[in-house]
Order: sequence, then C-alpha cells, then structure tokens
Amino acid sequence: MAEVEESSKPLFAGLSDISISEDIPVEGDISVPVGSQNPDDDFSTLDEPVKDTILRDLRAVGQKFVHVLYPKKSSALLKDWDLWGPLLLCVTLALMLQGGSADSGEDGRPQFAEVFVIIWFGSVIITLNSKLLGGTISFFQSLCVLGYCILPLTVAMIVCRIVLLGALSSVSFVVRLIVVTASFCWSTFASTAFLADSQPANRKALVVYPVFLFYFVISWMILTFLPSP
Amino acid sequence: MASPDDLTFQEFEEAADLLSSNPGASTLSISSPGAAAFSEDVKVDLSDDEDHQQESSELLGGEKQTGGFWTFEYYQSFFNVDAMQVLDRIKGSVMPLPGRNFVKHHIRNNPDLYGPFWICVTLVFSVAISGDLYTFLINKGNPEFHYRPQFNKVSIAAVTVFLYAWLVPLGVWGFLTWRQSVERHISGYTFLETVCVYGYSLFIYIPASILWTIPVYWLEWLLIAIAMVISGSVLVMTFWPAVRDDTRLTAFATMAVIVSLHALLAVGFKLYFFKTPTNTGSSHSGQQTTPAANHTTLAVGKHQ
Repeated sequence: MAEVEESSKPLFAGLSDISISEDIPVEGDISVPVGSQNPDDDFSTLDEPVKDTILRDLRAVGQKFVHVLYPKKSSALLKDWDLWGPLLLCVTLALMLQGGSADSGEDGRPQFAEVFVIIWFGSVIITLNSKLLGGTISFFQSLCVLGYCILPLTVAMIVCRIVLLGALSSVSFVVRLIVVTASFCWSTFASTAFLADSQPANRKALVVYPVFLFYFVISWMILTFLPSP
Repeated sequence: MASPDDLTFQEFEEAADLLSSNPGASTLSISSPGAAAFSEDVKVDLSDDEDHQQESSELLGGEKQTGGFWTFEYYQSFFNVDAMQVLDRIKGSVMPLPGRNFVKHHIRNNPDLYGPFWICVTLVFSVAISGDLYTFLINKGNPEFHYRPQFNKVSIAAVTVFLYAWLVPLGVWGFLTWRQSVERHISGYTFLETVCVYGYSLFIYIPASILWTIPVYWLEWLLIAIAMVISGSVLVMTFWPAVRDDTRLTAFATMAVIVSLHALLAVGFKLYFFKTPTNTGSSHSGQQTTPAANHTTLAVGKHQ
C-alpha cells in the first residue's frame, strides 16, 4: 500500500487530502473456486455406467407416456421436453404402416417417408401456427406434446394389426373403426389438455382445429391400412 | 431539410422512412420558419401518406406491420384474427349476398393468412379422403377390385390446391396492379387481400367434396354446379368493382378468366379424384346409378 501511495502522489495530487480510514476492511479473496468446489461436479454424468444413462432417459420417456395416457393438467410434459418419445412413436407407426411383405409398385399405401414427413412436418406447422396466433408455449415443448400424444394412435395401430391377422370381414372393420375412433378422440383430448392453456380464450378454437385435423389424417392412414394379400 | 434541432428525433425518422419507402407519395411542404410549422409539415406528411398508402396497391398492405420480413412479429401480424372473425369470414364466403364485397365487408383491412392456409390444407385432405371413399363405394360390387389406399393422391391434391391458391391470386393481383398503373382510377387490392379472397372462396369445396362421395351421378354434377356458382360469385363480386372502370373488353376478359379457372379446378377435382370407372371388363356402361345400387345390395348380402 505504501508504494502505491508514493507513486501515485504526483499524478493524483488532489487526493492527498483524502484519508482512507483503516477501519474499512479492504480485503477479500478473488480466487475462483475450481475443482472439487464446483457444485456441478456432484452431478457429472461422465463416470456413470452406460446402463444408467440409457435407463434414465427411458424412464423419462416412460413417465411421459403415462402422463399422456392419463392426461391431467400436469406440467411434466412441458417442463422437461424431449423428442425421444415422438421419434420412437413416429418410427414405430411408420414401420407398421408398411405391411411387412414386399409391396407391389402401384400400391397406394403411404410410404415410410410420407408418414414421417406428415408427422414431423405437420407438428412443425401446428407449432408455428400456435406461436403465430400468440401462444406462450415454446417450439420444442409443443413438438414434444404433439409427438407424445400419438401414443394412443400407435396402440390402435398395434390392435388393428392384431385384428387383421384374422379374417377380413365387416366385423373386423367395425372393431377397427371403434378402436381408431376412440384413440383419435383420446389423442386429441390429451394434446388439447396441454396445448389449449397457452392461448387466449378467443383463439383456442383456432389452435385446436389443426390438431384435430392432424390426428384425423393419421387415424385415416391407420384405418385404411390393409395388409397386402 | 431544415435542421431538426427543435424536433423530436422520432417524428423526423418516421417521415424520412415513409418518404424513402414511398417516394411517389404526395407531400406538402409548408416553407415557413420555426419548429412548430415544420412539425406541422411532418404531421401533414404522415396523414397524407397513410391515406395514399391505403389506396395504393403496395405488396403487403401498406407496410403497417412491425419489423422487417425477417422478424417473427411481421408474420404474426397476419394471424391477428379471432375464432369468431374466421367463422364470420367463412360464413360470408358461403353465402354471398349481392352487393357485398367480400374484401370490403369482411376483411376490412385485416387480411389474415390463417383462413386461406388451413382451408387449403383441409381441402387437400378432404378431397383425397373423399376420393378414396368414393373409389371404395363405387367399386364395391366389383369382384376383381381390391381396395388399396390411394395415398399418393394426397401429394397431387396438395400441389394442385396450393398452386391454385397462391399462383392465381399472384397473377390476378399483378394484372390488377398493372392496370392500375396504366389507368389511375382503378382501385386495386393488396396481394394479401387477393390471397384471402381466394382462400376463403375455396371453403365451399370442402363440404362439396364430402358430399361427392355419394355415388349418384346427377347429384355429383349438381353439387359441382352449386359449389362453382357460390364460390365463383364471391370472386366475381370482389373483383368486378376493381375492373369495372376498365375498358369493357378487359373487364369481361378478366372476369371470364377468373371464373373459368375456378370452374377448371372444380371439374378437375371431380374427374381426377372421383373417377367413375368405365368398362372394367364387366358390363359397366355409362349409367352408373342402377348397377351401383344393385351391386351394393348384393355386396351387403355377401358380407353378412
């Protein structure tokens, strides 16, 4: 401190009148805590076994599935959004719509790419629509909700495939119709339970209608699926 | 220009922006000293420019949106509608009353992109799905017909509808703007308003396409006629006041082109998506109603 005062005297001559009281503590520690003092180190995921990492993500996905199946106004789907579930569901649905055996060239069945594009592109457009209308939900949260709510329709697809293993009759058609209609209503209801809250009241219908159309088209693809003879 | 020392910075910038974006605007310049007179000059400029801009057919509604076209708020201004407003516009497109210009009465300087876009999407899927249903119903008694979902038709329907709903308004708007620049007394519409009119006028085809699944021959063509008349009249009543002041030949030619394109769309839908099968080996002749009814009853008997 003494050397500083001596060198600064010719420059700051006017300051020599000011006296710094020695009661004010002018000390401290300016070292940045590194290493073991960093709280993030306690949650470092680099050292855990791979099984834990995968299971954690799978558990998160499974928990969200449960939230979709019993849609209450919880924010679990929205807070930790992830896109693993939608990807899993979309790929499963698109694969099951393929028919398994070799398709003939003029089969009008939706191709894998068409289903994929419709689901993802449709979700993006609905999200954009919701945001343009003034919604408060974020982009990926909305994608996450729309993707997860395809779960009832995927279940319906599995049921339809099982029913189609039997004979192709009008009874099977009626059963499939009922199953697909029920899961369509379930999907739409589940996604509007999450999405509609983020819109002002006079625009709720404008946001719900595209969601309805989206799940209707997917339901139509599921209902008209027929295995190749 | 005089030194803006006495002015608030915002006013000056606004005037300069307006003048730079619309150099042809009529501006009054009151040359008198003093800040008050200059600010009066600025205010007069603003109001004059706004009036002029509402009449002129600039590309996107007079630049009253916030931000440039790269910001999100710019596009948000096109979705500034409520559910009741959209319903009201749809009702106006389905029940065109003579003398009610759709643009002036319903859109009222608030064109939106929600209606046209989602009506087009709905139309694409309703035409494709109804076409699928129709093919299934009309071939029900045909033993050699295996039902296959015709999903590739969705792509074709999408391309057709979106090209129609966006390229044709572009052409109509461009033509009207060109005529307006040639002869000043014609009032034009902005591009968005044209897209809006075309989009909402396509709404009538959605219930029509659902009703087209009923495989009764005369009913289908009757429905086509009704749908064409309704949506065509919406278009005619919107665009007639715009071309009425032009030469008679141009006016009638424009109207004829608009109506014929619309008719072409409807007939094209019917012929492509709702194909009535011609001779498929069995004795199907031109008459569709009675053989189809007979085959349906036979098929119902078989399935039980």
